[in-house]
Amino acid sequence: MWKLLQIELFKIFKRPRTYIAFGAIAAVVFLIQVALKFDGKSYIDLLMSNLKDSFDFNDDFKLDLLNGYLICFVILNTLLIQMPLLVALISGDSIAGEANMGTLRLSLTKPISRTQYMLVKFLASVIYTVALLIWMAVLALFGSMLIFGTNDMVVLRSEGIEQIQSFDVMWRYIAAFGYAAVALTTVSALSFLLSVFAENSIGPIIATMSIVIVFTILSEMNIPIYDQTVKPYLFTSHMVAWKGFFYVKADAEGTTINGSIENLPAIMRSLSILLIYIGLFFGSAVWVFRKKDILT
Amino acid sequence: MSSIIQVKDLNKDFGEIKAVSNLSFSVPAGQVYGFLGQNGAGKSTTIRMLLTLIKPSSGTIQIFGMELQKHRKEILRKVGAIIERPDLYKYLTALENLRIFGIMSGIKISEKKLMDQLAMVGLAERAHSKVKTYSQGMKQRLGIATALVHDPELIILDEPTNGLDPQGIADIRNLILHLKKDLGKTLVVSSHLLSEVELIADSMIIIDKGKKLVEGKVNELFDPSETVVEVKTINDEIAREKLKASQLGEFILSKRNDAVLLKLHREQVPVVMKEMVQMDIGILSFHSKHSLEDYFLSLTTANQYVETVAN
Repeated sequence: MWKLLQIELFKIFKRPRTYIAFGAIAAVVFLIQVALKFDGKSYIDLLMSNLKDSFDFNDDFKLDLLNGYLICFVILNTLLIQMPLLVALISGDSIAGEANMGTLRLSLTKPISRTQYMLVKFLASVIYTVALLIWMAVLALFGSMLIFGTNDMVVLRSEGIEQIQSFDVMWRYIAAFGYAAVALTTVSALSFLLSVFAENSIGPIIATMSIVIVFTILSEMNIPIYDQTVKPYLFTSHMVAWKGFFYVKADAEGTTINGSIENLPAIMRSLSILLIYIGLFFGSAVWVFRKKDILT
Repeated sequence: MSSIIQVKDLNKDFGEIKAVSNLSFSVPAGQVYGFLGQNGAGKSTTIRMLLTLIKPSSGTIQIFGMELQKHRKEILRKVGAIIERPDLYKYLTALENLRIFGIMSGIKISEKKLMDQLAMVGLAERAHSKVKTYSQGMKQRLGIATALVHDPELIILDEPTNGLDPQGIADIRNLILHLKKDLGKTLVVSSHLLSEVELIADSMIIIDKGKKLVEGKVNELFDPSETVVEVKTINDEIAREKLKASQLGEFILSKRNDAVLLKLHREQVPVVMKEMVQMDIGILSFHSKHSLEDYFLSLTTANQYVETVAN
């Protein structure tokens, strides 16, 4: 099993297209960091435009807000919407790409069960997804900390702002990246399932993105009838729950409580739903693949 | 002689289409077994069922005396195959491809053994070149190396000479004979190049529209005392009617658009030729053929003829 996984990873990381996603992330992170480095104050002004009537922030305070932790939060907000496409590039190619190359039939004449083959392929896709997130964490979090330094982190919410003390931030990011890994694995599992039905990777990639876009639109729509009937069951509704790690409890005086999470059960519920989706998508993929005649 | 493969009443339907119909055959150990049929005859479907790529609708397949579906892993460990084209990972080198398929075959193979395999198919010098830089012939040879990398007892080669030049075809032929004679392997070889199968096969099966037409040892099926005569005339319909009305009617083998085929013993050829001239049939050419290809054509076209008449 381990040997087979090594082979899959070797194949993934030997392909030039694998590095497109790493390059794209690096480019976006770099562009955001450069923009905020040279024009961060304008960005903070824009961010706080709703609050300027209630609070009077001086320029020094604004520059303090513009630290590595906030920059990383901004980058995560931007990139986690685009990441499904990058993940689908590899997962959608897993089975369909092999069918297209003609290597699927040769691989399946080897003494490996189809379930084992699928498991290895999926694990390799998950490892790729995690590698992408680690790369993003290195650039967006540690890169930004290096360029902008660290300070207390401010999170803007519709009800106001929350200030998280700098020593209380890092574990939240570790949890958020962990959650994001599960969220992206859900997309990966969907793309993987669609890959079983196709003989070239374009179809599963486009289909995955179409589903993610439609579901995201439904998740974001404010139509009361959807709030209880549709939204809770869409995986896209739960993909953004990583933000919950940055929403903290406050005491009676309105001071944030270190180490607290405002609504941990909601995060855990979203996490469970995503895990169910992963099981459902992967289980369906294996079931279909085991019955499939290989005609390519 | 024991059988390595035993297939009984094999059927495969794709919806309404019957790709393989009640097919039974057995492959003797230590032989080259030719698998012949026209395009769409069901050869590849059958080979894919032997390799568990396609699930049969019904019927049984036993390989090495074991039920294929129940002992899949155990059987495939001892089988090497090329199916249609030898598609490999183009962005990897020959050595990397060979290593990958070696590991997938479940055995540990040393670097030296891998290089020996590449040397056997004449690719040692290009071991570190990416497969995308290979010619079709080189890919075909590398495909055979991947089929042999784990030293299988049974080798299934579906159209192994596809896209090869005459020298490449001769090389593959010699390799197949080497595997049988020197290493004692059993090979199932499907090919549309019937003249090639004639040179290497000990036994064979001919299938058409998923059904077995004939199976047996090549030298028994292919009687050297018999020949197929292709007669081209001014008007084939009139010629055929005249022949049917005469005592020569029994020799008519099949209907073809451009000729009349007769199956004769060699000593009958001059007699029949003389009688046909006397019948004033209007002969344009009289060509005696004697090869597996002619035998194959006579069987498959005869089958079509029977179906056309039946319809």
